[in-house]
Amino acid sequence: MSTFWSLWIIGLTVISLLLITWVLFANRKVAVRDDEDPENRTTGHVYDGIEEYDNPLPRWWFKLFVGTLIFTVLYLILFPGLGAFQGVLGWSSVGRLESEQKKAQQNYEAVFGSYAKMPIEELADDAAARKMGMRLFANNCAVCHGSDGGGLFGYPNLTDKDWLYGGTPEAIRTSITNGRAGAMPAWGSILDDENLAAVSEYVLSFSDQNANKALVESGQPVYMQYCAACHGADGSGNMALGAPNLTDSIWLYGGERKEITYSIRAGRANVMPAQKDKIRKEKIHLLTAYVYGLSMDEE
Amino acid sequence: MKNHDIVEKNLPLMLILIVFAISFGGLVELVPQFYLEETTEPVTGLKPLDAIELEGRDVYIREGCHVCHTQMVRPLRAEVERYGHYSVAGESVYDHPFLWGSKRTGPDLARVGQRYSDEWHKAHLFNPRNVVPNSNMPAFPWLYENVLDGKHTAKKMRALRTAGVPYTDEQIAGAQEAVAGVTEMDAIVAYLQQLGTLLTHKR
Repeated sequence: MSTFWSLWIIGLTVISLLLITWVLFANRKVAVRDDEDPENRTTGHVYDGIEEYDNPLPRWWFKLFVGTLIFTVLYLILFPGLGAFQGVLGWSSVGRLESEQKKAQQNYEAVFGSYAKMPIEELADDAAARKMGMRLFANNCAVCHGSDGGGLFGYPNLTDKDWLYGGTPEAIRTSITNGRAGAMPAWGSILDDENLAAVSEYVLSFSDQNANKALVESGQPVYMQYCAACHGADGSGNMALGAPNLTDSIWLYGGERKEITYSIRAGRANVMPAQKDKIRKEKIHLLTAYVYGLSMDEE
Repeated sequence: MKNHDIVEKNLPLMLILIVFAISFGGLVELVPQFYLEETTEPVTGLKPLDAIELEGRDVYIREGCHVCHTQMVRPLRAEVERYGHYSVAGESVYDHPFLWGSKRTGPDLARVGQRYSDEWHKAHLFNPRNVVPNSNMPAFPWLYENVLDGKHTAKKMRALRTAGVPYTDEQIAGAQEAVAGVTEMDAIVAYLQQLGTLLTHKR
């Protein structure tokens, strides 16, 4: 803050305080003085025969007002308010935040520190760590993956053993830290309706769904040409690319005929946002253990 | 009583004294902020919203998002833990009007940018219950159907430029072309995804 504006604020504040004090004390006593009739205590205003007394300010009210003035002066000495003057206490909103954060860090440092040294597999079995992990999950992950980690249409279920990018502790940690970007290209402009139907039927046959045999046969070469590179010739997927396994009954975007056709025609893209700039490493460690633990619970 | 009489029976004088008395607050609390560096200098990296984001912001205002969502993370530990770095004035210098809001029915959105994927935002705006089962946010399915024509985008940019937002002539010239044909859904998601991404803080 420049000296000019600092002085501007200090000057106006002090002047207004002095003016308020003057107005208060100037009006404290009875204002009316009728020299001809010293007993007359009315203002002289008459409305329809109703006269008005000119009583002094009620004492309790006057004292309250003086109290607020004293409070103001003390406040402006202790806290920031007068221009660039920071106040005797040195208080600031950011300073308070930082001291609270420091205190919290000291409180949690020991806990986070000891958890950070524990391997994920061990941490996943630790009840207290899981409780912390659950809260972190509720705050940061549940909006997409569900409060139970059960996932939603387009958002992977984290409680099963089916993983797009791998279910090892390290793979889970990488997914959380750096995020993931799944990109299934749209084939609608390359495959005509006939081929789309055929390849969908072939995909259905992986999971032993009731598929039309003739279409499956004509879909097989199409699959090999366009799909096998990512999803594998046997449809078992590829975790390095995040290409889902097509042979199980777990479907991220629905496993019905029309849903599969839609996914092939329009493509699918979704992003797991990277958390590395948002969440501290120690917390990601706990989250990794929690998510790892979710998938272990099924046994 | 004599002085009172003069003031009470002279309306122009009374008006002048009233204005004098009530001007102190504004002169002390508002006027300096028009000139202070903290409130007038943009934070490092702040750019004016591009054409699509600007239209997205207007969709945000039209749908009343700011009525239930604030864009102001206060410097309190609980808020910083939940949302990220507290908001600073320099982030809002190109906002006319700012959308800080004053009431939270939904969460604060000052740092929502890049927190969720585009797909999540679209699914959520189409029907919040699809992704957050216990949400009480209204659905905005028409955002998918409404297509922007960008007829007024350049005018809006020009108006903002008079308020001090540094739009270039090229940006204004290309505004209509950039916006035409974009759905309101894509525009509002573009706006949301850039919110508060300049300041980071690890929780």
